[in-house]
Amino acid sequence: MPTDPVIEVAGVTKTFAGVRALDDVDFTLHRGEIHALVGENGAGKSTLIKVLTGIHAADRGRISRNGRISTIYQEVNLVPLMSVAANLFLGREPRTRFGLVDRARRDAAAAELLSGYGITADVRSPLGTLAVGEQQMVALARAVEADADVVIMDEPTSSLEPREVETLLDVVRKLHEAGIAIIYVSHRMDELYRICDAVTVLRDGRNVHSGPLKDLPRIELVSLMLGRSVTEIRRHGTTAFGEDHHADTRPVLEALDLTSKPRINGVNVSVRPGEVVGLAGLLGSGRTETAKAIIGALPLDHGTVLVAGKPVPHNVKAATRAGISMLAEDRKTEGIIPNLSVRENIVLAALPRLGRFGITSRARQDRIVDAFVKRLRIKVSSPEQKVAELSGGNQQKVLLARWLCTEPRILLLDEPTRGIDVGAKAEVQALIDELAREGLAVLLISSELDELLDGADRLVVLRDGEVAGELEGDRLTREHVLAAIAAEVMDDADSH
Amino acid sequence: MTLVRTKAVQRQGAAVALVLVIAVSWLVFPRFGSLDNLRDLALQGSFLAVIALGMTFVIITGGIDLSVGSLYALGGVLAAWASQYGFLAALALPLLVCGAIGLINGLLIARTNMAPFIVTLASLLFARGLLLAITDEGATTYQIAPDSAFVELGRGTVFGFGYPIFLAAGLCALGGLVLHRTGFGQNVFATGGAEQSAVLMGVPVVRAKIAVYTASGTLAGLAGALTAAYLQSGVTVIGVGTELDAISVVVIGGTLLTGGTGTVLGTVIGVGLIKVIQNVINQIGTLDSNYQSVVSGAFLLVVVVLQRTLRR
Amino acid sequence: MTLTVTRTQWLQDNGVHVAVAALLLFNALFTANFLTVGNFRTQLIQSAPVLIVALGMALVIGTEGVDLSVGAVMALAAAVIPLYLGAGPVVAILMALTAGLAAGALNGFLVAKVGIQPIVATLALLVGGRGLALVIADGQLVQLHDPAFLALGTDDLLGIPISVLIAGALALLVAAVTNRTTFGRQLVAVGGNRRAAALAGLPVDRVLVGVYVICGVLAAISGVLATSRLGASDPADMGLLMELSAITAVVVGGTPLTGGRVRVLGTVMGVVLMQLVRATLIKHNLPDSIAQMIQAAIIVAAVYVARERR
Repeated sequence: MPTDPVIEVAGVTKTFAGVRALDDVDFTLHRGEIHALVGENGAGKSTLIKVLTGIHAADRGRISRNGRISTIYQEVNLVPLMSVAANLFLGREPRTRFGLVDRARRDAAAAELLSGYGITADVRSPLGTLAVGEQQMVALARAVEADADVVIMDEPTSSLEPREVETLLDVVRKLHEAGIAIIYVSHRMDELYRICDAVTVLRDGRNVHSGPLKDLPRIELVSLMLGRSVTEIRRHGTTAFGEDHHADTRPVLEALDLTSKPRINGVNVSVRPGEVVGLAGLLGSGRTETAKAIIGALPLDHGTVLVAGKPVPHNVKAATRAGISMLAEDRKTEGIIPNLSVRENIVLAALPRLGRFGITSRARQDRIVDAFVKRLRIKVSSPEQKVAELSGGNQQKVLLARWLCTEPRILLLDEPTRGIDVGAKAEVQALIDELAREGLAVLLISSELDELLDGADRLVVLRDGEVAGELEGDRLTREHVLAAIAAEVMDDADSH
Repeated sequence: MTLVRTKAVQRQGAAVALVLVIAVSWLVFPRFGSLDNLRDLALQGSFLAVIALGMTFVIITGGIDLSVGSLYALGGVLAAWASQYGFLAALALPLLVCGAIGLINGLLIARTNMAPFIVTLASLLFARGLLLAITDEGATTYQIAPDSAFVELGRGTVFGFGYPIFLAAGLCALGGLVLHRTGFGQNVFATGGAEQSAVLMGVPVVRAKIAVYTASGTLAGLAGALTAAYLQSGVTVIGVGTELDAISVVVIGGTLLTGGTGTVLGTVIGVGLIKVIQNVINQIGTLDSNYQSVVSGAFLLVVVVLQRTLRR
Repeated sequence: MTLTVTRTQWLQDNGVHVAVAALLLFNALFTANFLTVGNFRTQLIQSAPVLIVALGMALVIGTEGVDLSVGAVMALAAAVIPLYLGAGPVVAILMALTAGLAAGALNGFLVAKVGIQPIVATLALLVGGRGLALVIADGQLVQLHDPAFLALGTDDLLGIPISVLIAGALALLVAAVTNRTTFGRQLVAVGGNRRAAALAGLPVDRVLVGVYVICGVLAAISGVLATSRLGASDPADMGLLMELSAITAVVVGGTPLTGGRVRVLGTVMGVVLMQLVRATLIKHNLPDSIAQMIQAAIIVAAVYVARERR
């Protein structure tokens, strides 16, 4: 392996509003290596990337860069309304001899370049008309074309289909062969072990490990990320769900033949009181869409939602009134109202019930809010604190409280533990357990398989918008889920 | 796919409407097609086109410029006052002052993260105040000597078509070229299309914003100067609500107020549509001239509703 | 660091009150005949129409919207009055308010149901509304002679001008609606995060239509009072540039244009501040030109202090 460093970082520290995002971090990237950068959410990965690329200035420490860096982000950072070719060449368009943008040459170059990435779409059409995976590929092509010596990829495969992932990994290998160094941020172990040479693990803003990847066993890597000993992980698993015993009663929620093409097609899900049903599947398999269809936020081609046997009209208001509540995946854009207080965020959905003639009752609000803050152990200085000031875990609890005070019968939870730290995660998981034990029907969506396996009594596996299998009891194992997702026919998984 | 088709409908929708309105007017009103009327129509449209050209750039960056009406009036007054010092002064002073106010707009918007709406609202007031200050609170109307070269700029003709028409056409052609065929134009689209992404892609967003507001102010000043040359005086009471006319024609021309997309050609068609409709209403002698703004408003409404519903 | 944050926050919350207090103090010391009942009367009477419009504007801005049509709606209300004054002042006023309600409903429908940006949706009515008012009035200024109607603009109740009483009562009402009713809290939530509000089962469309209707009706009330005070229906000049004055007052009063917050007291103080600025300049013989430029500077300063930090 070449030893000539393209990026060298020593003792970098970065503080935001009193919180140390990076604490005395050393990091070296050698020419031509593929370096995995891993860590839990909030470990400091994004901050490190931003310091490397110069978007943030470090408070302390030394950074030396011996080459051009180009970054592709998790969310596609291109301009959807501009053409594919314009995006690809924005800022370095080929010119005619009058200094004008040579559109013909640009479009031809773009088409040729993108065919190498498996994209055949018309390069003159707006970027926004392409599938997300294709957009990601355009972003990658753009980054590579910028004559970069270093390419940083922040979760590049998180929104790609398996086929697209393979194309992307091929491209990464080609870059590697061309001598370009790559920093690869991902949570997907398989990918990391397939392509990366070295790994750096960040935890709580510190570099807890740097070294070759292939010498490091997977379980060791996980334990470095989580900061728990290997034996502890073996004993308890990685999540905090307890055992479940749901009552064997009639389903309170029955969703029949939910179809909204092309996202979901004929999905059937039912949940009994006290039961936690998990929705498994890859990103884009229709998990979130199924939940949104149940709550009435996704227009349906056809399909029915029954609550306690009675059909519910297809809109959010009716669904809410029937006792269905949904905790959205994206807390920031679909959950919290940032400028309102914790109290106001909690009572928001229940407001009409908490007053008379449209006049709100502050006393009743305070009583309910106090009760939920205690019960869900929400850490606030006062209920009047702005919700935007809370940590991710506490914001999630506020949202949970918002729904609980509407006294729902059915809770739809979309990635309830995403982006919150490990401790709060365990608390939220224990809370879900507790709520189910009290008789709530819970539909749990998670991309963490362990969370689903530990937390759910039954799993509905989705693939390409259709139900690929239902698993319970003995078949509630990693192997069965993966088999269902991968569409392998297993004798017992197919009989359902 | 739908996006592409919708774009075509938006652009050609306005063009088709323009052709239809012209055809109908030609048939119904005998005077409409007369050379005199067409010349007058084009001349009236040319002043608005110059202002709307700048507005097109601003709106494509996702912004808005409410100050152009005041700057238009201010430009005219400055030109009329400066005409006593010769042609060059009469042309340069309004461009410099209005350009400077546009530059301040741009700096405040791009560098301090203040809303374009409110910044340009303040400069609307400021420019109007400045205008009053240099005209003894609006009591003085500066006259331009009828035989001066500057008046020729506003009143001179080629085949009966006024110079401002050619100037506006030339500027719009140049604007179209800059917008669609230069790196700067690409930056303008990127800024309005997805600002955060544009920053990450290395687009000089701040510079693009400063440039469009400066250009918008300068063009409004130019339109004012041309108007003054045409009217042979710096009329103090014009330009109230002109910013709304400019925004309307840009929107009618298919440029989305949310930014990131739009064409100069669309804006020119928008100017044509509004001016033809106003012209026709004037020809119907029995119709109250107040119907002009009613029809303009209704037309704007129809266009934005159509734009919105077609995009679904 | 924390200190500067709190100081900025304090300035954002209280800047307008400080400015009003400072201006009052300045005038008390340096302006002749300022501390007189007559002067305060005049200032309040002149502020009343702007305040009523600004209250509605504050609600609209709280939903992350804006209503450019308020001046045109005032003109419409003014144009409607003489048509129905023959049937008595009550009927005439009700018809004027109905016009405001219809205008607000149109704006609300365009924003909530069709999904058009508030600036564009209300721009159409701004462009066309005054024209329509002039068409209704045949472009004429009409002198009004109904004594009961004129009393609204000229008479006192308990020694206070009726229009000022109405404006004060409306301010209290709007404050109560914002802070104490379900509708008010839903309005703020819609402005703070529309998607989250929709997913929380809030009637987002109804709230938006409601807000624009309220704004339209308040603009019509303002148009009625201004017409009554003028003693004539003058759709050509009624409420001209009122949208700018109202937006200015709301923004100077500390309500952010980004929505999610409505400051009613701040709006009242914003109106008072802009009125005091104008009065101070006039009383010190500064011309209108300087007054406008100073207003521009105040707007920029207020928004600069209140701007969201990146």
